[in-house]
Amino acid sequence: MKMLATTDLSPDITAQARRVGPPILKVEHLSREFGGVLAIGDLSFAIAAGDIHSIIGPNGAGKTTLFNLVTGVYKPSGGRVLFDGADVSGMAPYRLAARGMSRTFQNLQIFFNMTALENVMVGRHLHLNTRLLPALFRVPSLVRKDREAKDRAAQLMADVGLGKYVDADAASMPYGALKRLEIARALASEPKLLLLDEPAAGLNATESREIDEVIKTVAASGVTIVLVEHDMKMVMGISHRITALNQGRMLAEGTPQEVAANPDVIAAYLGAAP
Amino acid sequence: MNALLHGRLTGLLALGAVIAVLPAFLPNNFYLDIAILAGFNAVVCVGLNLLIGYAGQISLGHAGFFGIGAYASGVLVGTYGWPPIVALLAGAVFVGLLAFLVAKPILRLKGHYLAMATLGIGIIVSIVLRTESGLTGGPDGMMVEPFKIFGVELYGEKVWYWVVGVLLVGVVWLSLNLIDSPMGRALRAVHGSEVAAEVVGVDTARFKVMVFVLSAVFASVAGSLFAHYAGLITPAKADFFKSIELVTMVVFGGMASTFGAVVGAVVLTLLPQALTIFQDYQQIVLGGILMATMVFMPKGLLPTLAALLPARRRA
Amino acid sequence: MFAELLQYLLSGLTIGAIYALAGLGFSIIYNASHVINFAQGEFIMIGGMASATLTASGVPLPLAIMIGCGGAMLVGVLVAKFAVERARNASTVTLIIITIGASIFLRGVAELVWGKDFKRLDAFSGETPIQIMGASMQPQSLWVVGTAGVLIVAIGLFFARTLTGKAILATSHNRLAAQLVGIDVKRVVLASFALSAALGAVGGAVVAPITFSYTEMGIMLGLKGFTAAVLGGLGHGPGAVAGGLIVGIAEALGAGYISSAYKDAVAFVIILAVLLFMPNGLFGKRGTERV
Ligand SMILES: Nc1ncnc2c1ncn2[C@@H]1O[C@H](COP(=O)(O)OP(=O)(O)O)[C@@H](O)[C@H]1O
Ligand SMILES: [Mg+2]
Repeated sequence: MKMLATTDLSPDITAQARRVGPPILKVEHLSREFGGVLAIGDLSFAIAAGDIHSIIGPNGAGKTTLFNLVTGVYKPSGGRVLFDGADVSGMAPYRLAARGMSRTFQNLQIFFNMTALENVMVGRHLHLNTRLLPALFRVPSLVRKDREAKDRAAQLMADVGLGKYVDADAASMPYGALKRLEIARALASEPKLLLLDEPAAGLNATESREIDEVIKTVAASGVTIVLVEHDMKMVMGISHRITALNQGRMLAEGTPQEVAANPDVIAAYLGAAP
Repeated sequence: MNALLHGRLTGLLALGAVIAVLPAFLPNNFYLDIAILAGFNAVVCVGLNLLIGYAGQISLGHAGFFGIGAYASGVLVGTYGWPPIVALLAGAVFVGLLAFLVAKPILRLKGHYLAMATLGIGIIVSIVLRTESGLTGGPDGMMVEPFKIFGVELYGEKVWYWVVGVLLVGVVWLSLNLIDSPMGRALRAVHGSEVAAEVVGVDTARFKVMVFVLSAVFASVAGSLFAHYAGLITPAKADFFKSIELVTMVVFGGMASTFGAVVGAVVLTLLPQALTIFQDYQQIVLGGILMATMVFMPKGLLPTLAALLPARRRA
Repeated sequence: MFAELLQYLLSGLTIGAIYALAGLGFSIIYNASHVINFAQGEFIMIGGMASATLTASGVPLPLAIMIGCGGAMLVGVLVAKFAVERARNASTVTLIIITIGASIFLRGVAELVWGKDFKRLDAFSGETPIQIMGASMQPQSLWVVGTAGVLIVAIGLFFARTLTGKAILATSHNRLAAQLVGIDVKRVVLASFALSAALGAVGGAVVAPITFSYTEMGIMLGLKGFTAAVLGGLGHGPGAVAGGLIVGIAEALGAGYISSAYKDAVAFVIILAVLLFMPNGLFGKRGTERV
């Protein structure tokens, strides 16, 4: 993992060399409106297994809404979401998690009533005995697996660079650390598909680079990643493919170079710039 | 104090020790009686705290479940001659089913809407108990037979003190176990962020229902035993004020703290007794204390005290 | 047959008007501060007790009502200032307990001042029933419905036309933005408590001749007011009014046609049924929670 992380993954090499996997996620004619306003309109695209696939677009383009639709947080107004070939449109998030999907949130969703480690341990939920009676009577097998989960969570925290926060209360941690805590928590569920909503927003340059490394490492371990990020340097550096949205619709799709050269994308960004 | 909050075994031992030595300091049955009432309240509050303090779901109707348990024992034993333990279990099963049926739709509600719905259920239960006098004796309540098991009758404050003491230690043990388990973390995650819990696989609706049912069953069992102990049960034990009293104990002692719930139940059971010396000012003092505690210690008694201690040590 | 129905409707309308006022009080405070004020019923009690006891000692009725109203407003402001405002960031349950503490406190004070027994207030304009198509109505019911109607319209105008009213609305929509445009949010909260207290107290005074006054009269009225506010959708003023009328009329019909013993349960059965299908009440916001 360490080796791979430092390997040059610059897209110009990988885009040609790598084999394109079968789609792990497909959305077909997906749409969602809020009070008559389309946040996502007739959107169709696919994400190949093993890719780092970025979704870009100006604020309000519908990126977060797309995440919410894909992960079952919102129900679509129309269209379908296919995960691993199965129609999962409108399926509850916890069922999708059981199928191997997890995510982080643009606006932090931390369990502030717990320690950092416990936050990550919640991420192990699907892999633990969560029944009532064994918990009430503290059966030994549950305790043993829980201890393993604890070690594993601590390891994950170390992996994302949060080693020194293991015993901290989540409420006492700085913003940048919480962003990584969300990643660790999502990873703890061992997803096949991980959606990251602006993981580097509000971070300084060093922290951004660390996140960048974490994402590459995770991707190298075989997890497909969907990334929403405004840091174009990061996006261009690590993405295999990019989908550009504007006002809920697809603007362009392709390799980083193709998208960066697309006149519509340039126009949308210039137009959106203040 | 920190150990009380965080150490599972230390806290449990401390609680057991307090319960064991307390009778030596209680001069007569009057005080034992208060201790027993405090114990019953504590059992309910430990369960309610799982729901309110840990899972973050309000219930303003739990006295209804306490009341159903109490009346189940009163009616099934008194009128139908069931063995008390069977009546207690039947009451608990009935309450569990009732709680299960109402929980799913109700626990979708948030904040004040949930407060309203649980309040409504509690009030409806208490009105039914008050009105169906053929079964329940109406507003005056009904006498309840003593608790007999294997031919032994539980009789007198001294015996009941130990029954309630053991029950409380058991319930605290269960609660501590639960909280320190994957399900316990799932409950707290529901409180922290439902959407974040869902995306790592927590079926939030299921856990909310489970903890609601569990806390209702705790209340029902406490209600059954209380009815046998007191020998008389009235609808007042199931009404809105009793529900509020229970929630207040939980919040007063400290939400998301099992021992806080116990402390809250004990203090607020003692307080009205102590306040009788204020006579006509009793309500004023009680209301004032409630407001003041919540304004100045919004986290509740035990967590606030616990937060003070290490700070002093550092200083 | 019809006369009976009409009779129930009229009595339902009367008590519903009081629920509507109480519900409106809940909504106004909720809007300004996101607090459910369980002491709302005590404002009603203060209005009822003050006007009953003051008139009994020779104070003219209008003055008695005004004094009761002023007293309730003062109490409301004190509760807001010394309890609610200080606990701004506390959790929902904590805030609920603070206002419940306030209601116990106020009942305690009321018992001390006025005693525990029922107080009688004469009907404002006699007790000769008015006959309407076979149903009969106490003149006091007209006072109740009329007063409530006037107050509700006045409140509507207050929010639509006056600066203070608009400031309260702005605060309820977006507290931070309201603060930024220079609205003194703290004063808005105080004003909302004063306003709700006034509504409650006047309601209590006009209903007192029908229900009698006693220190615990506010308990059920307050809870029904809360039901009305939730039924309409918390923070939705017209919804609370509609909720109050629905609860009042359903209660009267339930008491008449089903069982008077279950009269008090009707409101809660309705609210449970409605929340089952409309988790934000009849008129509440239905948006998708933003994540
Ligand atoms: N829960 C919601 N309720 C109402 N409107 C929403 C909601 N979520 C998103 N929107 C609207 O959908 C549009 C897209 O928003 P979003 O997906 O957050 O964009 P992005 O993440 O690309 O910045 C915006 O106009 C936003 O206001
Ligand atoms: Mg976004």
